Amino acid sequence: MTETQTLLNTGLAQMFKGGVIMDVVTEEQARIAEAAGASAVMALERVPADIRAQGGVARMSDPDLIDSIVGAVSIPVMAKARIGHFVEAQILETLGVDYIDESEVLSPADYVNHIDKSVFQVPFVCGATNLGEALRRITEGASMIRSKGEAGTGDVSEAMRHLRTINAEIRALTAKSEDELYVAAKEIAAPYHLVKQVASLGRLPVVTFVAGGIATPADAAMMMQLGADGVFVGSGIFKSGNPEARAKAIVEATTHFDDATAVAKASRGLGDAMVGINVADVPAPHRLAERGW
Amino acid sequence: MVRVGVLALQGAFREHLLMLGSLGAEARKVTRPQHLDGLDAIVLPGGESTAMVRIASGTDLFAHLRERIAHGLPVFGTCAGLILLADRLSDDSLGGYERLGGLDITVARNAYGRQGESFTAGLSVEGCDSSFKGTFIRAPQIIDFAPGTEVLARHEDRPVFVRQGNVWGASFHPELGGDLRIHAEFLRNVTATVTTPAAAVLPRSGAARGSLRGRLRPAVPVPGS
Repeated sequence: MTETQTLLNTGLAQMFKGGVIMDVVTEEQARIAEAAGASAVMALERVPADIRAQGGVARMSDPDLIDSIVGAVSIPVMAKARIGHFVEAQILETLGVDYIDESEVLSPADYVNHIDKSVFQVPFVCGATNLGEALRRITEGASMIRSKGEAGTGDVSEAMRHLRTINAEIRALTAKSEDELYVAAKEIAAPYHLVKQVASLGRLPVVTFVAGGIATPADAAMMMQLGADGVFVGSGIFKSGNPEARAKAIVEATTHFDDATAVAKASRGLGDAMVGINVADVPAPHRLAERGW
Repeated sequence: MVRVGVLALQGAFREHLLMLGSLGAEARKVTRPQHLDGLDAIVLPGGESTAMVRIASGTDLFAHLRERIAHGLPVFGTCAGLILLADRLSDDSLGGYERLGGLDITVARNAYGRQGESFTAGLSVEGCDSSFKGTFIRAPQIIDFAPGTEVLARHEDRPVFVRQGNVWGASFHPELGGDLRIHAEFLRNVTATVTTPAAAVLPRSGAARGSLRGRLRPAVPVPGS
């Protein structure tokens, strides 16, 4: 990837920061998300909670659906490709989506390789559960990282674990001397130059969002207080009792994350949150966060 | 020290804060009207203009900000910030939402295209002695401007960086790419208008480029590099 392409791809992610990216499955939902102040929408056929409930192989969405959502809003539109499915990514690039999410929420197409994202012009966001995984995705060309969390559960504990793990691993790197970074790179299976960069920056070199299980304004504000640059909300909005109010409230809480009075105000009168599933009750083969490596 | 606020409702406000801070300004986030107190200037960052106007709606932040800009507070809007400052938009996509205005121009949102059409361009910028690499991301286009507007940079014959008195606007992102010269120029103008002697901290033009770029490197991480 050229230096200019990297600047453009990581630069668009900078514009999402402090914002909420919302899963939508119809034009109407996309308009509700935009009206609530979403910084982008993720166009897909089924939200993760439905993918989980209905089972089967989950694939890239129908191009007609993506076109209709691209046409419905003025904010950036993202879409998901399966892990390793480079032709789905090629198709999404021709549709003119603004970002591709190579996502564990869909069924992986390749259990060995991820997409070589460096050969695309369109930017990619990828999920990660730890620092090594995040840096391997950046090596492959990802311009933005998100926690995986456990999508479609409404249980924020996995997203929390991933963000805390990444933050703790970064802090540990910053405490190492330069000559210890070679072994650190080996231990987390990531390239030395990125490990060195993270040690000096004290953060990932790309924008880092949290995803997977965010369902309330308090969930979003907690992730922001822990240092996330922004949040993805999947099933949490449109599987709740009052999507319009909840979408606005999560946006409000993400902007004013360090003001508990504002988050409390945003938390009032939202109706029912999505019902959700405790991650502990999800059998291991159905845990999406374990897809990818 | 010059005190500069950066509107922090959403978007790339951190990049502006880092750049302003590395140039010696006291830079702080603005999310509430009370954060405007004591500011010598304000920057409106890139991000999603739809998100910003919707987050601001129902609060009196924009009303306060508009009043201060009308009273001469220096303001610099980049990309989404330019959209907030434009007196007119070419479409109704932000219809019904309060913006700021202050720049007598017409702007077309996303007119430079979606992300696939995003680009960089070497710009000849007034006050910069060599080309400035402008980063245009889903950028808005200035399609009309009032007579008397200072055009500080053009791309393919269209203005991309303009100034009307205390109001500055750019359709690209000087906060990306690590070149501090445009921020330095804005701060020099702010310093010139601030009456307190303590505000005079910035080097004169010419000295800025080499020394400030050198200083920037450790302070502002360039993502993905």
